[in-house]
Amino acid sequence: MTNERFEAPTPLHPFKKAIVIGAGRGIGEAIARKLTREGYLVGVVSQNFDNAKKVSNQINTDAGEILSLAYTHDVKNFDEVDGLLKQVMDDLGGLDLLVYNAGILLPTTLTTYQFENDRTMMEVNVTGAMAWINAVAPIFQDLKRGQIVGISSVAGDRGRVKNPAYTASKGAFSTYLEAIRNRLSRHGVNVLTVKPGFVQTDMTKNQTGLFWLITPEKAAEDIWKAIKSKKQTIYTPFQWRYLMLVIQHIPSFIFRRLSF
Amino acid sequence: MESKTESTQTFQTLENFGHSLSAPSIVITPKTVDEIYQGVKFAKKNGYQIAARGAGRSYNDAALNGGGVVMLFTEMNNITSWDPETGLITCEPGVTLEQLWHKILPDGWWPPVVSGTMTTTLGGCLGMNIHGKNNYRMGTFGEHVVEFTALLPNGAELTCSPNLNGDLFYSMISGMGMLGFFTSITMKMKKVDSGYITVNAFPVYNLDEHLTAIERDAPTHDYTVGWLDTMVGGEALGRGQIHAANYVHGNEDPNPSSSMKLESQILPEKMFGVFPKSLIHYFMKPFSNNLGWKLVSTAKYVASLRTGKYNQSHAAFHFLLDYVPNWEKAYGRGGLIQYQSFLPKETARETWTKLIDLSLSYHLPSYLGVTKRHRPDKFLLTHAVDGFSLAMDFKVTSANQKKLSQMLQEFDKMVLEAGGRFYFAKNSETSRQTTEQFLGAETIERFKALKRRTDPDMVLESDLYKRLFA
Repeated sequence: MTNERFEAPTPLHPFKKAIVIGAGRGIGEAIARKLTREGYLVGVVSQNFDNAKKVSNQINTDAGEILSLAYTHDVKNFDEVDGLLKQVMDDLGGLDLLVYNAGILLPTTLTTYQFENDRTMMEVNVTGAMAWINAVAPIFQDLKRGQIVGISSVAGDRGRVKNPAYTASKGAFSTYLEAIRNRLSRHGVNVLTVKPGFVQTDMTKNQTGLFWLITPEKAAEDIWKAIKSKKQTIYTPFQWRYLMLVIQHIPSFIFRRLSF
Repeated sequence: MESKTESTQTFQTLENFGHSLSAPSIVITPKTVDEIYQGVKFAKKNGYQIAARGAGRSYNDAALNGGGVVMLFTEMNNITSWDPETGLITCEPGVTLEQLWHKILPDGWWPPVVSGTMTTTLGGCLGMNIHGKNNYRMGTFGEHVVEFTALLPNGAELTCSPNLNGDLFYSMISGMGMLGFFTSITMKMKKVDSGYITVNAFPVYNLDEHLTAIERDAPTHDYTVGWLDTMVGGEALGRGQIHAANYVHGNEDPNPSSSMKLESQILPEKMFGVFPKSLIHYFMKPFSNNLGWKLVSTAKYVASLRTGKYNQSHAAFHFLLDYVPNWEKAYGRGGLIQYQSFLPKETARETWTKLIDLSLSYHLPSYLGVTKRHRPDKFLLTHAVDGFSLAMDFKVTSANQKKLSQMLQEFDKMVLEAGGRFYFAKNSETSRQTTEQFLGAETIERFKALKRRTDPDMVLESDLYKRLFA
C-alpha cells in the first residue's frame, strides 16, 4: 500500500465510508464512482490490483481529493478477510456500507460438467460473500447502523439448464442475504439484494440474445437510489421484476424443456 | 483484560463535544497502569492505533479514532492523595474537575485553572493544556503540575517535572495524548478564603471598549471574561458584557466554612425552583436559527445593560457550560462547531472586526462569542499569545456546510496574517498548512522527534493527529 491517506472528515466536510468488493471494473467500478460522488470514501477492492489502482486513481483525479484507495484481494482467500477489513476500516476511519459485487460466470455447455469451474463460481459468488458478511455483520450489529449490499442476479431466481452452478450460486446468495436481512434488520442494519439483468460488462461481452441491456452506470444509479431509500430487494432495470415473476411461475414440465 | 479485549472486539460509536462528528472504535477502559499497557500490546499486535480519551469534551476529532482503538480513562479516576496543608493533590488521569473541586473546596482550596465545564478529566485537561478565565494571571493548567508519571507506548514508565525529563514535561502537556499516557498527576491547588466570588458585570458598546475594558480590568481581577454579541455589526460591533471577578477574601465572607460547603456550590437542577433544567435545551431549539438567536442575543444584551456587582459561588461562576445540561443539543442534528482564534493584542481589534463583518455578510453569524485575555506559555504545542481570544459557536446544517467551511478558511487566513494561533481542543476545520504556519515547521519537527523516541511504532494516532500531523 502507498502512503496515501483518505481525506479526513470534519464537521463541515463529512464523509460516509464504504468498501466495494469487486470494484476493479463493471458494476462494482460504477458503484464505487457513484458513491464517491455522493459523499463516500471508498475502499476499492479487486483481485487485480492494477484494475483497483486504475479505478481509484481516476476517481481521485476527477475529484481532486483522495476519496478512494485501492486494495488487492482474491475473495477466494477467505482467511484474508478479517485482516483486510481491519485495515480498510482503519484507513477509512469506520464503515457505513459494504457492497459485495465480486461475481464470476464461467461458460459451460449443455452437456459439460466441470467441478472445478462450479466450485470457483460458488467460492467467488457465495462463500466469499459469507466471509465478508460474517466479518462485517457483528460490527454493524453492535453499532446498530450500517448497510450491506449484495449484487446477486436475476439468474438466481430459477435453476436454469445453461449454467447450473452460476444460477445456484446466485440463488444461494439471494437466500443468504434474505436471512442476514432478517437477522440484522432488528438491529437497525439494512440489507439490500440487487438483482441485475443484462449489464454491459465483461461478463456479458460474448453472450448473445441480450435484451434490456443497460450500462454499469445505469445499474449503479439504480443501486444508489435503493441504498439511499434503504430498499430490501431491487431488480435493475426494474422491468426484470415482472419478467422474473412470470418466469418463477412457469411450471417445471415446461421450464425443463426450455433451453434458457 | 487481555482475554476480554481479545474476545470482545466490539465497536462502539463515539462522538465529539457538539455532536458534529462520530466514529466507531474499539473502546478499552483501563483501571490500572498494567491494563493500559495490555491495551497498547493488544493494539500493536492487531495493527490498531490508539487515541486517548477522557470526558470527550473536545469540539473536534482529538478524542476520536475511527476504525481503531480508543483508550477511555474515565474509570481510572481515583484521587490517590490530598494534603490540605500544602494544597498538593495526586490523581489518576480520569479524575474530573468536578471530583477535584468537590474534594478540595471544603478544605479551602480551588483548582487554579478550570474549564467552562467540570466534566473534563485531568488527563484531557493536560493533553490540551486548557486555560480558564484567568489565563493572563495563572497561565494554563499545565503550569500548576508539580510532576506527573507517564506510560510511554515503548513500555517505559517515567516521572516528569519541569526539572526532570523537562522536554517531555513541556511537550506531553499540550501534546494531545500523542506521546504517551498520563498515569498519575500531582498538582498544586489554590488557597481560597471563601466559596464565593465577587463579580462586576458591566456593558460595553463596541469592540474597542470591549477589549480596552478587558485589558484595563485584567490586572486587578482574578478572572476576566467577556460575552460578545456576535450578531451585530456596524457601530455596535463587539458590544457585549464584561464579567470581572475577584475571590472573596478573609473577612469579607462572614461564614466561609458554610460558603465552601458543597451544598452552597452545587448547581441547581431546577430553574426558578420549579423548572427542570435538563429540559431547557428542548425549549432553546426553536430559537436556534439566525432570526431566533438574534432575538435571544438582543434580549441578553439589553439585560446586560445594567451594571451589577454580586456574589456568586465558584461553581456557578466557572461552569457555565454545565448550567444548562445538554445545551449543545439545542443546535440540532448537525451539531455545532467552535472557532476560537488567539490574537496578539495589537492585531485583535482589526482582525475580529473583519471576522465578524465577514460572518454577517455571509449570513452565517456566530451564536455565541466569548472573549478572554491570555499570556504566552512555555509548552511546545501552545495556543497562547500575549493578547486575546475570541471563541465563536456556529451551528452546522447540511445546507450551510460548504459556505461555512469557505468562510472559516478565510478566517484562518486573516488570523494567520495577524500573527494568531489556534487551539487543538476547539477548531475542527484547521488545515495541515494552517497548523504548519502557526506552529512553525521547527516546532512540529521537534514534536515528531520526541514522538519517534516515545512512540517508535506510531501507535498513538488520534483522528486529529492523522488529519494535521501524520
